[in-house]
Amino acid sequence: MTIVVYVGCGIALLCAALVITRRNAMHAMLYLVLMLLALALVFFALGAPFVAALQVIIYAGAIMVLFLFVVMILNLGRPGERQERGWLSVAVWAPPTALTAVLLGLAAYVLTSIGATRAIAGEVGPKQVGMALFREYAIAVELASFVLLAGLIAAIHLAPPPREDVPEPAAPPLGAPAEEAPRE
Amino acid sequence: MTSIANVPTTAILVVALVLLMLGALGVMIRRDLLYVLMSLEIMFNGAGLAFVVGAAKWQQADGQVMVLLILVAAAAEVGVGLSLVLRLYHRLKTVDADKVSTLRG
Repeated sequence: MTIVVYVGCGIALLCAALVITRRNAMHAMLYLVLMLLALALVFFALGAPFVAALQVIIYAGAIMVLFLFVVMILNLGRPGERQERGWLSVAVWAPPTALTAVLLGLAAYVLTSIGATRAIAGEVGPKQVGMALFREYAIAVELASFVLLAGLIAAIHLAPPPREDVPEPAAPPLGAPAEEAPRE
Repeated sequence: MTSIANVPTTAILVVALVLLMLGALGVMIRRDLLYVLMSLEIMFNGAGLAFVVGAAKWQQADGQVMVLLILVAAAAEVGVGLSLVLRLYHRLKTVDADKVSTLRG
């Protein structure tokens, strides 16, 4: 199971690096989905099957689908790819990469100087997580529902107005299903 | 091969750190707003990995609860962020972050 953790982390890192360097938004999104699945595998191997399942269902299965819908609505295509090629020049990515590498080195140094510990990852199952959620973290669950409600209202309110060139499909009349009543 | 992972915590924390840094790099170097949102997702996942390895080390469920809350925050943020991107595209016909400068001056 240790091998699974290492390989999963390696794939996640590779896919993350590929996401930020692709020209085509769809390709980048697919690499992001692959990264999420690799991380779900790592979570499972680290003894967290509940969040592994949640990662696949919610993150890769709902949030990324939302992303994909928006990319398809925007429909940037080939002109978008040509545009992206001009945007990512060496002068754009070299300074941030250098600064980020310095920060990463410093943070890794701080982490490794704390002292080596090992994680022997026995399974922390859904029952334990459920008990924690409903006992210690009950208020956090309520606050999470507030956040989701706020996000829902904001998304509905902020959505762009309907397009004038695509007509809305007409709603079916309300009295129509009367003829399809089941016969005895 | 045993079915219990035995990993050095520091190594996985460094992986989570690299994921965070890759996400931050993506936010900085890409001009397309969709890529910025995707890089933010990478950062969320990096933080989630750090919490899960903490939960694995101390054998407590608190880290997993935090990952669940991160998931909730990411979902709300993506919902709002994507509707903002769509609204921006509707208004400016581009998703270039450099073009969004009407507040300047």
